[in-house]
Amino acid sequence: MQLVLEKRAERSNMIALISPLIAIGLTIVTMSILFAILGKNPISALGVYFIDPLTDSYSLQELVVKATPLVMIAIGLSLCYLANVWNIGAEGQFLVGAVAGSWLAVKTHGTDAGHWVLPAMLLLGAVAGALYALIPAICKVRFGASEILTSLMLVYVADLFLDYLVRGPWRDPAGFNFPTTAEFDPVATVPLLIEGGRLHLGAIIALLVVAAATVLLGRTIKGFEIRVVGAAPRAARFGGFNSNQLILLTFAISGALAGLAGIIEVAGPVGHLQPGISPGYGFTAIIVAFLGRLNPIGILIAGLFLALTFIGGEQAQIAMKIPLDVTKVFQGILLFYVLACDSLILYRFRLIFPSRKVSSGAA
Amino acid sequence: MGLLEAIILAVLAASTPLLIAATGELVTERAGVLNLGVEGMMIVGAACGFGGAWLTGSTIIGALCGMAAGTLLSLVFAMMTLGLAVNQVATGLALTILGIGLSGLIGAGFVGEKITTAPHLYIPGLTDIPLVGRILFGEDAFIYLSLALVISVWLFLYRTRAGLVLRACGDNHVSAHALGYPVLRIRMFAVMFGGACAGLAGAYLPLAYTPFFIPGMTAGRGWIALALVVFSSWRPGRLVVGAYLFGAVTILQLHAQGAGLGIPSQFMSALPYLATVIVLVLISRARTGGSTAPAALGTVFVPDR
Repeated sequence: MQLVLEKRAERSNMIALISPLIAIGLTIVTMSILFAILGKNPISALGVYFIDPLTDSYSLQELVVKATPLVMIAIGLSLCYLANVWNIGAEGQFLVGAVAGSWLAVKTHGTDAGHWVLPAMLLLGAVAGALYALIPAICKVRFGASEILTSLMLVYVADLFLDYLVRGPWRDPAGFNFPTTAEFDPVATVPLLIEGGRLHLGAIIALLVVAAATVLLGRTIKGFEIRVVGAAPRAARFGGFNSNQLILLTFAISGALAGLAGIIEVAGPVGHLQPGISPGYGFTAIIVAFLGRLNPIGILIAGLFLALTFIGGEQAQIAMKIPLDVTKVFQGILLFYVLACDSLILYRFRLIFPSRKVSSGAA
Repeated sequence: MGLLEAIILAVLAASTPLLIAATGELVTERAGVLNLGVEGMMIVGAACGFGGAWLTGSTIIGALCGMAAGTLLSLVFAMMTLGLAVNQVATGLALTILGIGLSGLIGAGFVGEKITTAPHLYIPGLTDIPLVGRILFGEDAFIYLSLALVISVWLFLYRTRAGLVLRACGDNHVSAHALGYPVLRIRMFAVMFGGACAGLAGAYLPLAYTPFFIPGMTAGRGWIALALVVFSSWRPGRLVVGAYLFGAVTILQLHAQGAGLGIPSQFMSALPYLATVIVLVLISRARTGGSTAPAALGTVFVPDR
């Protein structure tokens, strides 16, 4: 008797809808076991992780603040993944966007520059992110170099470059030698939506991005081309779609969105440029994109859910002394289950009973 | 010990983890499976390797713990990509994310602890030979083991029937299947071999390179190992050249930082990563005549019955 995978005649829409929920359920079961191994009460640990952050206004705002970069980056990545190209360097594009925008904030610091500063910073961040993402894209299109490896290598380069800037030329002279720029001026800061709260304009921008992506993918020829190139490259060639151009386009868009998310993060919740501005948003966004089934609305929901794990993880560390790394384990396991459950959309399991003669040789 | 000898010894030590991890991944890829989780398996191998050595005081047990951890993680990968036909790129990324978290969790208890590094060989007479004795006969056993590993892999791939079958699975899984070879089982073993090598490569870092564990100590070496496999055109011999070249870049930039050339240290630290990008471009460009990658690399195979 053995379990084999069998292709379904057509994709199962029912499973496509519920597979993320199954994945989350399985992850929560696995995490309960992990909490028990760590000697914590699973029920109260899960409560701290997933319920407590939803009970007060501050954490609810923080939830949206953390979801903002995740959703923006994941929307861009989903375009790449739909086109079957693998940008995994969003973390680097995020950092480069933050650096480029911060340049203007540092240069105009202490001057009487007007309200044009913030929009210009956002633009700089997006353009820099796009250009940085175009490096692996061009290396792929022009020379055939694996975009997976080049985009990832550039994350380390961006990280070191940011580190150099805030320890060297951009360091705040009044900052007691801490590796940070001076606090940005009010005109270089993303405005808050609620006075004295945490929620900022970035959340609205993220919603606009979701709306734009929905239109792009559902209502435009370009969106259709992106999906065809990914799903059926041969058909796309016969259709005369320029796949190289689409690789450049999807990388540029995803880089721009990651860069924009980076400068919004720096000019918003953080308020200055420093190392460690991202707790791995660029990598977590990969999970967000898959959990959201590469669909803009799905990504919005998935982004909020993964933001919850960041906040829950911080609270669990404070309240129950659960190591912060549990959050990463959680995210990794979740991605495994999401991918495994997605397999059931196209395949189903069947038990087969091979005849005796071959059973000795079958695995 | 002269400066040149010191540099050569440092290059050997820096190259060894790259060489071991890349050799494992080369076998995996030759069977047609792209496992991008090398970094994750390495970092868990580092944590478990350190843990094993710290608890027992034995380098060998530490190395075995690292290999076991890498193999276990690679089995999860095999279950997903071979058993459930999940996309290999996405699963490899998941493995890396999971591995970074797990290593932090496992290693949390060991941060700040120290172990004695793997002993260096000493063969009376041979090790004392001036100039070359120390390099050829006086380093830790891992360095020589890694070279033996590459030679065995070369012999296996090109001089045995099993190696030929493994390459067939990587080049055309449909034909291999039609000839009656158990493609998925062969691939599973190849993935496990890659996992064991990645785990060992990770364990080398705290066992022989630096005698302590720090979270994230692999610092992208798993990804560089993946790039090395591309650089080698999937041939074990060129892998040795590539690994030592990268080791040399790493060590030279460290020496340049130490010499105080006035170049910011971050720029020097970025060199190995930039070099990887440049090498990937040059190698891919040189291959305009056709790819040397295993033809079925990274594709899903579901046997029809």
